[in-house]
Amino acid sequence: MYEETILEVNAINKRFGGLEILKEVSFDVSRGERIGIIGPNGAGKTTFFNLLTGDLTPTQGTIAFHGKHITNEPNYKRTRRGIARTFQKNNLLEKLSIFENLLLVLQRKHGIKSTWFKVRNNRSYRALYEEAEALLETWGLHGRRNTKVENLSYGEQRQIEIMLGVATDPSVLLLDEPTAGMSQSETDYIVELLKNLPEALTLMIIEHDLDVIFGLSDRMLVLYNGHVLADDTPEAIRDNQQVNEIYMGKARVV
Amino acid sequence: MYRTLENNQSTTLEVDKIDILIAQMVNGLSYGMLLFVITCGLALVFGILGVLNLAHGSLYMIGGYVGYSVTATYTQSFWLALLTAPLVVAFIALIMERTLLHYTYKLGHLSQVLLTLGVAYVFHDIAKIIWGTNVLSIRVPESLAGSVSIAGQLFPLYRLVIIAVGIVIAVGIWWVQNKTRWGAIIRAGLSDREMIGALGVNISLVFTSVFVLGGILAGFGGVVAAPILGLYPDMEFQTLILALVVLVIGGLGSIAGTFTASILVGVLETFGRYLVPELSMFLVFTLMAIILVWRPNGLLGKQVAEG
Amino acid sequence: MKIYLKFSTALLLFAASPFILTSFHINLLTEILIFGIFALSLNVIVGYTGLVSLGHAAFFGAGAYTAGIIAQNISANLLFTLGGAVLLSVILACIIGLFCLKVSGFYFLMLTLAFSQMVYSFVYQSTGWTGGSNGLSGIPNPILFGWELSNTVWVFYVVASLFLVVYAILGIITESPFGKVLVGIKENEKRLKSMGYHTNIYKYAAFVISGIFGGVAGALYTYFNGFIAPSDIYWTMSGTVLIMVLIGGAGTMLGPVLGAALIVLLETIVSTYTNMWMMILGAVFIIFVIFFPSGIYGISKDIFKGIQNHTVRPKVKNISNEKVS
Repeated sequence: MYEETILEVNAINKRFGGLEILKEVSFDVSRGERIGIIGPNGAGKTTFFNLLTGDLTPTQGTIAFHGKHITNEPNYKRTRRGIARTFQKNNLLEKLSIFENLLLVLQRKHGIKSTWFKVRNNRSYRALYEEAEALLETWGLHGRRNTKVENLSYGEQRQIEIMLGVATDPSVLLLDEPTAGMSQSETDYIVELLKNLPEALTLMIIEHDLDVIFGLSDRMLVLYNGHVLADDTPEAIRDNQQVNEIYMGKARVV
Repeated sequence: MYRTLENNQSTTLEVDKIDILIAQMVNGLSYGMLLFVITCGLALVFGILGVLNLAHGSLYMIGGYVGYSVTATYTQSFWLALLTAPLVVAFIALIMERTLLHYTYKLGHLSQVLLTLGVAYVFHDIAKIIWGTNVLSIRVPESLAGSVSIAGQLFPLYRLVIIAVGIVIAVGIWWVQNKTRWGAIIRAGLSDREMIGALGVNISLVFTSVFVLGGILAGFGGVVAAPILGLYPDMEFQTLILALVVLVIGGLGSIAGTFTASILVGVLETFGRYLVPELSMFLVFTLMAIILVWRPNGLLGKQVAEG
Repeated sequence: MKIYLKFSTALLLFAASPFILTSFHINLLTEILIFGIFALSLNVIVGYTGLVSLGHAAFFGAGAYTAGIIAQNISANLLFTLGGAVLLSVILACIIGLFCLKVSGFYFLMLTLAFSQMVYSFVYQSTGWTGGSNGLSGIPNPILFGWELSNTVWVFYVVASLFLVVYAILGIITESPFGKVLVGIKENEKRLKSMGYHTNIYKYAAFVISGIFGGVAGALYTYFNGFIAPSDIYWTMSGTVLIMVLIGGAGTMLGPVLGAALIVLLETIVSTYTNMWMMILGAVFIIFVIFFPSGIYGISKDIFKGIQNHTVRPKVKNISNEKVS
């Protein structure tokens, strides 16, 4: 495992009006870690993600990425720094094709500032196209490249969510319930896919399916009522009395 | 001798100035109240149905014209006009909601707003066909025609009554919103439209009622405003735009915001017209721009601007 | 290659028009092309970026009045007047965009409307410059390279060539990576942000581009008409151009031009029978919004597809599930 710390979260709070969603959450993330985040509904998991990606800014506390303060940076800047996310509900450009979705990610990644006035299927974009084609090939979507996203199955759309996140070349990828609403076979497919992502890529995964999360994580974070209840290896979490009581009481770990 | 005369003159001049300022203040306040009555309907419809009704000004215009027809041709009773016109407009609003809007919810709000734009165009010409293009007016009823003297100064009674009516309507809406079940539904709808469904009420009925209520307010405003502002082609667009400005300044989902903004705009426009006539409209828009920079969500509105 | 062919055909047709058409029809065509440019410019924000503006007349008016005032007071040289119109449109769009792009949805619509009325009231009330309610009349004919464009044919040629230039520029912009980002913003701005796009900058740029070409249309209108009235900057003008874009087909290149053509032709025909033009326009618009939301372009595409589908029937849906599961 890499020892390099890339993300430092220091005592962040988030309040909406009088409601405190997150309380004093602190922890560090090292490169290549696979962190599972669990907790009952309303524990603040998605809010926590939104704070990391810049969709929200914390009321208090700081976030540092590669040693740089990004606490109040907007989301698009954080994406460029290498924090990518997928959404809990599919959040894609539904009227565009898979290929168009992907090209938008890639042209951003390669910087399109100087090419406003060039038609995109120009020779200078050959590399962009080739990269997109290659990505589609790896993700097994090549045959479907020109299909509009809205015409894809739910499972395929979930897959594209992840693909778009990975395509930004992040060093941290936040996955918000990647297998939500999927059939068993679809879930297996996604788990396999996540396992095969590059080792250096840090994953943080919110997931309700405990089989999935224990299978993927090498470290687990339990959020409860807005604070970190436990932060340990999956094995330790499995044996943690407190966690079992308040979280897994209803859903036993297999 | 000479000196005292000069002194006297300057004091009377001062008194005159103050008199004019107070008179303008009353004008501005009454104008603001009119704006409030009109914008209120627009804001309710926008807040609850999610439809920015670009034909709201047209409803206001029809109210005024119907009021004119009633007073000019049949009974000449202002009070009957005040009763009839809002009902006629309410009926038109009912038809509009039931036919055009009700069947187009599936098309999305944008299409509905565009529909109201089309309706506004159609109403514009219909009004021209029925009432012509001359400037018309409704006469102030006898009982409200005079002036009253307060603290040695004369005020046109009608304007004072408008201010009172505006306050009564504001208090009434406040009361309905805060003390009744219907108010609770409306409040829920204004802060989050999806909530209405969660309250287990008949959404379709709420939508229709609110739209009709908007029509009643517009029609009522049309009659009340006619003696002061007159009736002429294009009046609906001018009023619509001012109402939109009030809505932006006040912020969405807040009757208090609409009330404050109406008075601000009314007073500013009136004083502007008096002090710098060449810039009067410009001043109102400048106020709007300043408020947008200062508070992008309006004075008292909920979050609409992006961070 | 195909695109060059289309362009040369259009160029040839425009070049030949004065020899085929009467001057009445040339005037009509000129007006269609001017409003075509105007509608195309609005289409950049409405059709591609998904920001519905009801204040586009501000730029048309800015361009028209700037061109007129420069022609009357400084020089009628087309390069000056057009340059001035573009410059003022840019400045205006930069200022208005700063305010309007703080919000989205119907707030954007309201604010653009309010700002264009601000411009209108400025024009209406600053009588010294703009002639107030009388408008500007007696604007001299434009001069290009020392040549006075005194008759309808010359004005038509100027308008037609600028139309082709604007069409080409906007076509390239919308096909460029930048244009694709705009479409992405229209589809799902949140996703674009999480892809790393600073979407506000893109929206701002789109707004300014839209304003520039709106100004160009206004300037051309001045050359064409020789007269500008405050009604050319009134909000009904914004409404009409929005209607052109939506009736024609928002988010397509040809759609707005078709919409402009339909409205201009319809107005010409209708106005010989009745002066209730707004009612007709409103009714036509209502019909389109309810029954043909994709506009003329969409209808013709559907018809074309219908003919094709009759023979080949492609299956688009139901390709789900077999991949992932």
